[in-house]
Amino acid sequence: MSAPGKTAPRMGGPVLEVQGLVKRYGAVAAVDGLDLAVEAGEVFGLLGPNGSGKTTMILILLGLTEPTRGRVSVLGLDPLRQPLAVKRAVGYLPDSVGFYDQMTARENLRFTAKLMDVPRREIERRIGSALERVGLGQVGDRRVGGFSHGMRQRLGVAEVLVKDCRIAILDEPTNGLDPQSTTELLGLIRQLRDDGRTVLLSSHMLSLVQTVCDRVALINRGRIGLTGAVDALRDRVLGGSYVIEVEAVGLPLAEVLRDLEGVGRAEMTGRRSAKIHAVEDIRPAIAERIVQRGGALQRLAMHQPSLDDVYARYFEEVRNAA
Amino acid sequence: MRREGSPWTGLSTIAVKEAADHLTSARMLFAMALVVLTAIGSVYGAIGQLKTTVGEDPFLFLRLFTTAQDPLPSFVGFLSFLLPLVAIALAFDAINGEYQRRTMSRLLAQPIYRDALLAGKFLGGLLVLGICVVVLWLLVTGMGILLLGLPPSGEEILRGLGFLVVSLAFSAVWLAIALWLSSLFRSPATSALAALSLWLLFSVFWPMLTPLVAGVLVPLDPLNPMTAIQQFELQHNLSRLSPNVLYGEMLTGLLHPSTRSLGILFRSQMEGALVGTPLPFSQSLLIIWPDFSALVAGIVVVFTLGYVSFQRQEVRA
Repeated sequence: MSAPGKTAPRMGGPVLEVQGLVKRYGAVAAVDGLDLAVEAGEVFGLLGPNGSGKTTMILILLGLTEPTRGRVSVLGLDPLRQPLAVKRAVGYLPDSVGFYDQMTARENLRFTAKLMDVPRREIERRIGSALERVGLGQVGDRRVGGFSHGMRQRLGVAEVLVKDCRIAILDEPTNGLDPQSTTELLGLIRQLRDDGRTVLLSSHMLSLVQTVCDRVALINRGRIGLTGAVDALRDRVLGGSYVIEVEAVGLPLAEVLRDLEGVGRAEMTGRRSAKIHAVEDIRPAIAERIVQRGGALQRLAMHQPSLDDVYARYFEEVRNAA
Repeated sequence: MRREGSPWTGLSTIAVKEAADHLTSARMLFAMALVVLTAIGSVYGAIGQLKTTVGEDPFLFLRLFTTAQDPLPSFVGFLSFLLPLVAIALAFDAINGEYQRRTMSRLLAQPIYRDALLAGKFLGGLLVLGICVVVLWLLVTGMGILLLGLPPSGEEILRGLGFLVVSLAFSAVWLAIALWLSSLFRSPATSALAALSLWLLFSVFWPMLTPLVAGVLVPLDPLNPMTAIQQFELQHNLSRLSPNVLYGEMLTGLLHPSTRSLGILFRSQMEGALVGTPLPFSQSLLIIWPDFSALVAGIVVVFTLGYVSFQRQEVRA
């Protein structure tokens, strides 16, 4: 027996903490020395290709799989020794979630609500408001068998809402959704954060995650490669490089650009257009030079590198290094 | 390593949900329709037979269960054949079906242990089987009262209750077998086929196989009459590995009160006994007790096999 204080979730500090986590399946290491800390109230994105160990790590966080080595702490609780307390505090939306098809949405939620220790008189109220929030209020009494993939995914979010937990872990929530459903789901994730919940999100769909995550970790072959805010990651991986496209008439463009300060490399993409790789944003200097030399500036655009570029570049580097 | 929290958290919720699922499912409807129809048929046949012999038998009601009218087997004959089928229909996809529907990880992410999930599924199935067996018993008794015009005696009701308990234990073995196979194989079709093969083996082929095996292991020696007894004992014990044989023996002991032994009985043991007189209920219980213990042990062993295989499973498919 333990004192009640021992199983009560801790306040303050990182809510999810993973240190030196290793999980081996035979000779294969699915997770290979992973460190991670997620702070309270943030949306944390776990990004990596398929098979990089994201789901395995999530299962370990929930105490559903035992790690080979390493320390895991969820709200100060050990998922191996106190799995019930951990699972009470964490809502989980698995990769392409399934429901009992012959039961209605409401019945499905009622069943899990009973397992979750939701107080009996609270159940119906919570289910009603959760279904409204995810936009399934009208179809709550229909069988889940007729639901689309997007509706099931939203029903999964409703389950997390019914649980009313401090941490929500979503595994590939936007996988296989059409753009409309994706946008709706991302909105729901933002709402989860606005409620004051901590959200851990895994995905390989970077451009989407970029719009909701406060911090991101790139994970590859069971290890965290990089962690940080999206902007910081961009600068670190791409080394602060800017790509500027110029189009101008009435002057020899290549010659004009050659001796401009800050231009790393300029390549002509047409007779009147060029692509410039620069170390900083030198658009004003380019515009000034062209106008001075009597040319007519037709287009000047900077290509904003997205997380996709970071991702592609990072995993390219990792592959080359291997 | 010690884990905190009771392994039974959520047990009743899962058991009730499973039972409700079964009671509304189409496959349960079919299985029950099959069993009830055969029950009515066999009891109706038995009553036709019994009407010619009323008054000769002090346990007329028990004859309802065991009398066979030529093309049809007796009611209990049907049951030992069909109860396993109902149990298999209930549980063959209990565990792998959850993976198939992708509900397993969502379910286990709720604050319950795997113990509660497995035990809940077993208890839910058992509840439904219990309802099924009680319904059949009441049906047979009711038909007996209506068509024979006789109420059952106190002892017959006692023996009937014994029949209920034994039938439930018998179906529980098959429920545990189906549950184990459903966690062993990832595809419900495979586990269903495996369970049905076992069912065929034990209900059809086992009685044919045991004499062969016993004959090979202990050949008859014409000069040594003990070998005949040894061979029979071996064959008998081998056949008792089958839950169907145990069930059949227990039904014989319970429903034929004059049964004095389930094995060999020597003339010396029968000295002073009035052949054909019924035993009191308590003595019949003593006769079937070893069989009943073996059946319960079988439930525990098979359930444990399923438990171990399920606990070691990775949640991700």
